[in-house]
Amino acid sequence: MAAHNLKHALFCAIVTLVIAYPILGFNLTSSGTNIVLEGAKTHTIGLVLLAAVAVFLFQLFRDNITGLLGKAPALNPLANRQPMEQSKRLKLESTLLTLIIVGALFWPFFVSRGSVDLATLVLIYVMLALGLNVVVGLAGLLDLGYVAFYAVGAYTFALLSQYYGVSFWFALPLGALLAALFGLVLGFPVLRLRGDYLAIVTLGFGEIIRILLNNMTNLTGGPNGIGGIPDPTLFGMEFGRRVKEEGNTSFHETFGIAYSSEHKIIFLYLIALVLAVITALVIRRLMRMPVGRAWEALREDEIAARSLGLSRTAVKLSAFTIGAFFAGFAGTVFASKQGFISPESFVFLESAIILAIVVLGGMGSQMGVILAAIAVTILPELAREFSEYRMLIFGAAMVLMMVWRPQGLLPMRRIHIELKAQE
Amino acid sequence: MSMLVLEDVHTHYGKIEALHGVSVEVNKGEIVSLIGANGAGKTTLLMTVCGSPQASSGRIILEGRDITRDPTASIMRSGIAIVPEGRRVFSGLTVEENLHMGGFFNTKAEIRKSQDHVYDLFPRLKEREHQRAGTMSGGEQQMLAIGRALMSKPSMIILDEPSLGLAPLVIKQIFEIIGHLREEGITVFLVEQNAHQALNLADRGYVLETGRIRLHDTGKNLLANPDVQNAYLGG
Repeated sequence: MAAHNLKHALFCAIVTLVIAYPILGFNLTSSGTNIVLEGAKTHTIGLVLLAAVAVFLFQLFRDNITGLLGKAPALNPLANRQPMEQSKRLKLESTLLTLIIVGALFWPFFVSRGSVDLATLVLIYVMLALGLNVVVGLAGLLDLGYVAFYAVGAYTFALLSQYYGVSFWFALPLGALLAALFGLVLGFPVLRLRGDYLAIVTLGFGEIIRILLNNMTNLTGGPNGIGGIPDPTLFGMEFGRRVKEEGNTSFHETFGIAYSSEHKIIFLYLIALVLAVITALVIRRLMRMPVGRAWEALREDEIAARSLGLSRTAVKLSAFTIGAFFAGFAGTVFASKQGFISPESFVFLESAIILAIVVLGGMGSQMGVILAAIAVTILPELAREFSEYRMLIFGAAMVLMMVWRPQGLLPMRRIHIELKAQE
Repeated sequence: MSMLVLEDVHTHYGKIEALHGVSVEVNKGEIVSLIGANGAGKTTLLMTVCGSPQASSGRIILEGRDITRDPTASIMRSGIAIVPEGRRVFSGLTVEENLHMGGFFNTKAEIRKSQDHVYDLFPRLKEREHQRAGTMSGGEQQMLAIGRALMSKPSMIILDEPSLGLAPLVIKQIFEIIGHLREEGITVFLVEQNAHQALNLADRGYVLETGRIRLHDTGKNLLANPDVQNAYLGG
């Protein structure tokens, strides 16, 4: 219990007070047309003081506490177990995954409309995070403007449907391909950049796309956005109460069931689920192909990778293009789900959240990224009861995660490729 | 028959000229050593051969083909392999995976064959097959870097300071392997600060000083040369 600890603990307690008191200690109440600043109830101030004392005590006895915590995993029987054999693990993983996917297929029919809607959003983030995982996790290129490709996908569908009446199913590949093209275009100028510089340029690119969308009022409607984006159809069957387009039939009439607005929500969820599964499988496949190994080699050591004859241009561009492609996918689904999009949906915070998902999940690890996408999307919803503190809780959860598991929820375990097994 | 020829090569970093007209010739089946002090331009010369940076003037000819303006990737796929300075193995990958990266553009059958060959040359790597490269000792990493370069079955191998930061015993081992490579018919271009061993092994040697070739002779003669002895062999 050195003096150093005491000093540090005092400092931490003061910081707690300085941060917490102004935020919690004052209330704004409206009296008539004015807003009056009032001190909070004594009981709140008491809590703030209590928190400061708690921080002080924790910091003071930090060494003892972490020492105790350090011993805790020894009590956990799972901590010392041997890692499973690779073939066994892969088998278990694929069985589990199949079960989860089958469960996810039937799940929406038993839960509320709100949960299905949220689940669709989760799946969109899963697609986005899996795509960004290729760029950041595998190829090691820090991309802070990833949301631009998401926007390209969403706006492709919105504009095509508005001007040419293109349906979801046509727009889906078009949106993804156009986003991929943008990825390729962004790839060229940033080929020589690395690390911080790359991050800044991609950040700029993301902002350019958003500002363009905001200002090309004639085409995109600017800040007003684009509404009336059609829902996907199932083999020409619409999900609305009344058929909008000549020649189409509606889903509930064809099957002779009562109309329910839930059909559409569930259908969208299923589309998102299928697309997310496709995204995961395609990227999983790519990871095991030479291009996947090339991404990793470039991330590990660019000079060594180049000395082996790998083309920096081809490897980086392929990562950018493939990452962008799946963002375009997600964007199209997002536009269809919302029915309305505006540049508001594609701000930098989105890029940051997607990046946070990738880092929290464990760079390069698909399972980890999927888990993190679920956690990051659902956590703020669960914390809705604490409404004003939910971002605080969200932030705290992230900080704790990074302190305890800096390598991510499920760190990447490299797939070992055995040549001899194929003989 | 020459393997690699540099004719009056100038290289610039921005406006600064690092190589002022260097001419070097490496014949097939030879070991040629390039020695020089820190900052003489040894690594620049190698990087220029690899096309990164490209020579601003002069010609580089590999097996009769002008490669001066070729992109790095295509040079590295045309029968030449480099062991970069400081080893640069993929530390997160296992030994075996590192080797497979070396044979990236070969078929699986070829990879398997070259891999067995590398394990014959370096039995230590076979023992460490599934270990992450970053966890190995410097000498083992150097063996891996050489092994990885050999995976593409090059006709010429360039080594940049293979003895850097290694124990004397390990250096001896590495140089034995380099001698062995010549017996297999691989041309070796060796860049070293460890002048004594490099010249002892080499058929011919070049001395590079501030971007110019100062001396050029057989390895034995250079070792006996009083100027070389004073400057590079510690008198």
